[in-house]
Amino acid sequence: MKGATSDLDIAKRASRRTSFTTVSGRPVAELYTPADVATIDYRRDVADPGEFPYTRGIHPTGYRGRLWTMRQFAGFGTPEETNARYTQLLAAGGTGLSVAFDLPTLMGRDPDHELSLGEVGKCGVNVASLADMEALFDGIDLGTVTTSMTINSPAAMIFAMYLVVAEKQGLSWQTLSGTIQNDILKEFIAQKEYIYPPRPSMRLVTDVFAFCAEQVPKWNTISVSGYHIREAGATAAQELAFTLRDGIEYVQYGIEAGLEVDAFVPRISFFFNSHSDFFEEIAKYRAARRIWARVMRDRFGAKSPRSWQLRFHAQTAGVSLTAQQPYNNVVRTALQALAAVLGGAQSLHTNSLDEALALPTAEAATLALRTQQIIAYETGVANVVDPLGGSYFVERLTRDLEEEAIGYIERIDAMGGMVEAIERGYPQKEIAESAYRFQQAVERGERVVVGVNEFVEGDEEPIGTLYIDHTVAEQQCARLARVRAARSDAAVRASLQRLQEAARGAANLMPPLLDAVRAYATIGEMCDALREVWGEYEEVPVI
Amino acid sequence: MATIRVVIAKPGLDGHDRGARVIARALRDAGMEVIYTGLRQTPEQIVTAALQEDADVIGLSILSGAHMHICPAILKLLEEKGLRDVLVVVGGIIPDVDIPRLKAIGVQGIFPPGTPMQEIVDFIRKHARTRVESV
Repeated sequence: MKGATSDLDIAKRASRRTSFTTVSGRPVAELYTPADVATIDYRRDVADPGEFPYTRGIHPTGYRGRLWTMRQFAGFGTPEETNARYTQLLAAGGTGLSVAFDLPTLMGRDPDHELSLGEVGKCGVNVASLADMEALFDGIDLGTVTTSMTINSPAAMIFAMYLVVAEKQGLSWQTLSGTIQNDILKEFIAQKEYIYPPRPSMRLVTDVFAFCAEQVPKWNTISVSGYHIREAGATAAQELAFTLRDGIEYVQYGIEAGLEVDAFVPRISFFFNSHSDFFEEIAKYRAARRIWARVMRDRFGAKSPRSWQLRFHAQTAGVSLTAQQPYNNVVRTALQALAAVLGGAQSLHTNSLDEALALPTAEAATLALRTQQIIAYETGVANVVDPLGGSYFVERLTRDLEEEAIGYIERIDAMGGMVEAIERGYPQKEIAESAYRFQQAVERGERVVVGVNEFVEGDEEPIGTLYIDHTVAEQQCARLARVRAARSDAAVRASLQRLQEAARGAANLMPPLLDAVRAYATIGEMCDALREVWGEYEEVPVI
Repeated sequence: MATIRVVIAKPGLDGHDRGARVIARALRDAGMEVIYTGLRQTPEQIVTAALQEDADVIGLSILSGAHMHICPAILKLLEEKGLRDVLVVVGGIIPDVDIPRLKAIGVQGIFPPGTPMQEIVDFIRKHARTRVESV
């Protein structure tokens, strides 16, 4: 009889495809059983939440004690415009700030530099001097909010500006809490916003470690980031491996700079992508915690459990967003955010539906925040710690990702470390290969992207997007001119000279940077002073 | 048919080069000769590269929002150097409102996120200048 299906037919039915793989191209079996986890020992490899090696999470009570921080990355235009967006996000129930800077700021250039043409305020907020930082946090008590700042090459300079704003608010640095990204290795590997060569860049990083260990003890001195590595095309295992190997490199350099491992490792945090392959992402976070705990205890001899515990921020995958049928992005983001929560993220950013088109509008950013609130308060997933622990599939996938990542880590160890691997172009080439393979799979139709290569609609109605006009650059250049006219040039020159002297020697660079900031030296001036001492890095372009 | 020569460039301060690298490989796999300039190229550097490489096509990857400053500068320089027949195409994040503005100044192909590589290959094959081969 046509149309009817018996149980027997279902049993015989052929698979829809010849192979089933994760978004990273990892083959997955039809079914996982106790045989797949036979070599995994619960006490040794998994353990209860809050117990070494923290596969199931770093807190015994998961999100029962405290939900993750809903931290929405935002920044555009002038400091005043971004300040207004922060005020709105805090009023809407956001629980932390996260600053996106524009490209001139990220590259250590003033807004009136020729390379800043057309870039001021476009991808984030423009901050050229302390005056901009004061406007950015105007009316926001730095003693009560926690602030994450996505800044890398000029991280020390921007952090110095933040510390001086706090100082002016009458706050002790000992009380400040937040994060600077300060992860230069992933810039060389993936995002490519570098200024100086790798070795002096690493010194800036370890100077921040040393300074904070004494002066700003609650600050996360680095956010070792896989996010950008994944966005550049890496697979889940490559993201996991390169990020953790970067973390190992920072610990190694910190120890070589004379720091005691348990004095700075607890302030190292991580930042992972939350991509579309649901279980693979959850397994990735669980594997990350397990690998880090073991590496810190066994390779570096860390004694403090806080050094063993990997804490991470997650952001949903910008690269998965489509310009076509943009409302589909709300659904993608919700599912990706759910994976991050089930994987035990400490903080989370959810992307807005319009981000394949532009920076988000206020409405789109609010909807993205609401997505997190619905997961937190309506779905019940935060009631139980690591609810997927013990799943044959998730435990096996966790171990498979761990093994693949350890293989990469050992290869990079054999090259002499991540700085050496970067100099050889190794991670860059691995990522470029994966990116090209993924694009080919999409074009062959092996990977379905809804609304792009399947379920396509013609003649879509465009949605309204945020448009940043050129007056931002004019306003920022005007303020910069006012700052330059009002400050003491002699004081600026003297402070920059002290900065260069420190850079030529071995002294910590934070104190001279703080003095330069107090004198209203600009980001371009501070970065140029160090460019003169260290030179600039240039990548050999390969395709 | 002569091989089409393409300069792929990343102008501006942005370092996100996934798109530029993927399309460079796709064009090369499609049989074109591809020169990738690397990051943070000024309009002068890009036009000089096109001149030196005898390029038929300049492909720009811009995600930062600086396209309305960068593209006019490049087209003006091409005009000044007598390279009006070089096809200029742009890929990246380009707001809808800017598409007619870019076309008006002479950017012929604009490829937003999600454009299939094959579509870009076909466009370039169709619109790149035809060469008269010297014997």
